[in-house]
Amino acid sequence: MADLSVNFAGIKSPNPFWLASGPLTNTGYQVSKAFDEGWGGAVWKTVGEPVINVSSRLASIDYGERRMMGLNNIELISDRSVEDNLKEIAEVKRRFPHHAVIVSMMFESNPKLWADMVKQVEDTGADGIELNFGCPHGMSERGMGSVIGQVPEYAEQITRYATEGSSIPVIVKLTPNVTDVRMPGRAAVAGGANALSLINTINSVMGVDIDSWMPIPQVDGRGSHGGYCGPAVKPIALHMVSSLYNDRRIRVPICGIGGIETWRDVVEFMLLGSQAVQVCTAAMHYGFRMVRELTEGLNDYLNRRGIAQVSQIVGGAANRVGDWNDLRLSYSFQVVAKIHEEKCIGCNLCYIACEDGAHQCIDRIPGQKNPVVRAEDCVGCNLCSLVCPVPDCIEMLPVDHGVSETWRQRQERLSSLS
Amino acid sequence: MAIELHQDSRFQEVVPPLSPKEAMEEANRCYYCYDAPCIKACPTGIDIPVFIRQIATGDLEASARTILDANILGATCARICPTEALCEGGCVRNEDSRPVSIGRLQRVATDHARTANVPDLPPLPVRGRGRVSVVGAGPAGLGAAAVLCRMGYHVDIYDEKDEGGGLDTFGIVSYREPIAVSLWEVSLVKKMGATFHFGVRIGRDLEWTQLRSQSDAVIVAVGLGRVPRLEIPGEDLPGVWDALDLVEATKTQPLDDISLGKRVVVVGAGNTAVDAATCANRLGAEEVTVLYRRGQDAMPAYQYEYVFAKQDGVIYRWWTVPVEILGHGRVEALRCLRTRAAEGKETDRRATLEVIPDSEFIMPVDAVIRAIGQEKPLNLWEAIGAQTQNNRVVVDPETFETSVRGVYAIGDCLAKPGEATVVGAVADGKQAAWAIHRQLAKVV
Repeated sequence: MADLSVNFAGIKSPNPFWLASGPLTNTGYQVSKAFDEGWGGAVWKTVGEPVINVSSRLASIDYGERRMMGLNNIELISDRSVEDNLKEIAEVKRRFPHHAVIVSMMFESNPKLWADMVKQVEDTGADGIELNFGCPHGMSERGMGSVIGQVPEYAEQITRYATEGSSIPVIVKLTPNVTDVRMPGRAAVAGGANALSLINTINSVMGVDIDSWMPIPQVDGRGSHGGYCGPAVKPIALHMVSSLYNDRRIRVPICGIGGIETWRDVVEFMLLGSQAVQVCTAAMHYGFRMVRELTEGLNDYLNRRGIAQVSQIVGGAANRVGDWNDLRLSYSFQVVAKIHEEKCIGCNLCYIACEDGAHQCIDRIPGQKNPVVRAEDCVGCNLCSLVCPVPDCIEMLPVDHGVSETWRQRQERLSSLS
Repeated sequence: MAIELHQDSRFQEVVPPLSPKEAMEEANRCYYCYDAPCIKACPTGIDIPVFIRQIATGDLEASARTILDANILGATCARICPTEALCEGGCVRNEDSRPVSIGRLQRVATDHARTANVPDLPPLPVRGRGRVSVVGAGPAGLGAAAVLCRMGYHVDIYDEKDEGGGLDTFGIVSYREPIAVSLWEVSLVKKMGATFHFGVRIGRDLEWTQLRSQSDAVIVAVGLGRVPRLEIPGEDLPGVWDALDLVEATKTQPLDDISLGKRVVVVGAGNTAVDAATCANRLGAEEVTVLYRRGQDAMPAYQYEYVFAKQDGVIYRWWTVPVEILGHGRVEALRCLRTRAAEGKETDRRATLEVIPDSEFIMPVDAVIRAIGQEKPLNLWEAIGAQTQNNRVVVDPETFETSVRGVYAIGDCLAKPGEATVVGAVADGKQAAWAIHRQLAKVV
């Protein structure tokens, strides 16, 4: 058995799987049930001045026959009183002393209020605080949530309100609705944040009912922008996690969030720098039970690779993600498509994709089932291998042209010549 | 409508329709191949990836239009095409999973068109003027008429029956295709402007020369005739049936009016024999036996038809030939002999047979159904003056024109070697229609 336990900025957890702050961590009942079923931690649904919600609140987009590839919500933070939430947090913590209980908080920009609330949260025995600087709907219109996360100065200031009086770790949850997530990330660190978590939801309009012309979701005929999450957002989250992990000015633990559904997703987030992860949409979709597949999958993965402790993989692939300017240029290195004819089923999807959407370097040969790549014209874009429905039928073979040169190196070489 | 529709649960369609959910799942299995092999495998060239994608994107109306544009009998073909030999046989997913259920998806789209009053097909961009007569309102004739009508030709269709559709209407068992489906297809061609003349037999009600002289071109699409006689004693006893007459009776009469008895023998082992045997079973026969003078390997029926018959409990007696039907006033027994291949392989349908000495036996039976093929319309070819070869009318393989200028022959009446299909007949019709247009419009 691999050791899956984590120590995230001082927060100890039996495994790296935490439930993200959201509808699924609204009550002591839910969080206790989740811990019973194997989750290592939970971020309590954001505690703040109780809100009044609207109905309906969620909408999703499907892809093919799969439901909820992306989910959007316009639900606000907790609509329960601070007292009720803190009382249940304390009860859960008493019952699960070895699990990670993190309290998401959102209050207006008042240092006294923050100092008071941080104290009250600490008194519950909670292991940490997460500052919600990301909620992109509703709260943002009231000067909280993502409007804080979008302005580094605000983010630093509010972070400081929380960290100054806190004896437990403070995690800042960042919004992806920014141009460069490193800026608010650095600001949070400057404000004393002990860790960062990301991404919060992405601003979105889910759709329009083309029969009624109503927005989706709608509240009695009107809609609004809401937070987008689910498997569809994973690539955006991975980019942001890696860019923070690789930023020299940010040296705090990162908790990865965004579209995690399987243990494979968890491994990817960890390889790009996440020490722990948070899951929301997938657990809302399938229930808390899905943590079993995460746990067994991650454990088996580590065992197969002979890795004893899960923290050993953190950031393992992050240094391979960086600037485009450090990639070898195609005269230096490229890949070339090769269609394995014995695997080809003759759908011609690679042909038409290359012909119309790429570089016209796949030929059809009369009387022959498989198309053929004109290797000398192939730029190695991967499109054919992506559209091919047969696993491993189209292989992208590396071709090293000898010289090794990136754009940066090329620019240096040319400027030294002149 | 001349035909009273009989809905009898015993003859309910065997293959259920796909539910909307099943249809969506199945449609999403299609890879949307480019220059797809399924299209090439369809004689009428239906753009299958497109019609399936239109189902997947929730536009059943467009899906049906895509199908019917290429094949006006798309609803019939969705049910009775030998898809495993055609489109589904060509599906690339045979290689990585199982083929997409193209036939059943086609049924989803065409059922929608049939029940939801989908707008008519638009005229074709190619326009022509002239009068074309079509003899026979079956699949081939309808296939030709649809194209000609959409080009603007004046089309008259003559048929000796009192309804259109030919074998689709009268010869396909209801549990494969309800009669309403075929009649709807006839109505489509009617709406396109074709004029139907029912109850008209060429040579009896209308002289061939008159028909020829009043038309710029004539298409002969009369299909094949009755099942030939066995030419054995006792064949005229009550209880001896032509398989096609039996199927027609099940579609046009109340089933309780048809009396076959408990023990039924079907002679022949083609697809029509399966129809006859499974009809007999549904009509209450307790023991249905198919006699075939050759072995199973030479059986002309599709494998899935054979399986269907076996699932109905039909008994097959191979290497058996009836030699006399016995009975006083009606069929009571059948005298049979066993056969074997004298020369050639047992699997070869052309191998000469010989009777095994002392192999005679007598089967007690209540009905004998002939299903040994259909007669060719030789008299018609003679009346027309069209050249024949080996009892088959000679046509140009590209245009389907006979040796008589302006007279075309298509569909089953060509008696082409191999299995005759509805989709093949429609394809003939389309091809002949275009040839006629090229001729009449003087297009090179």
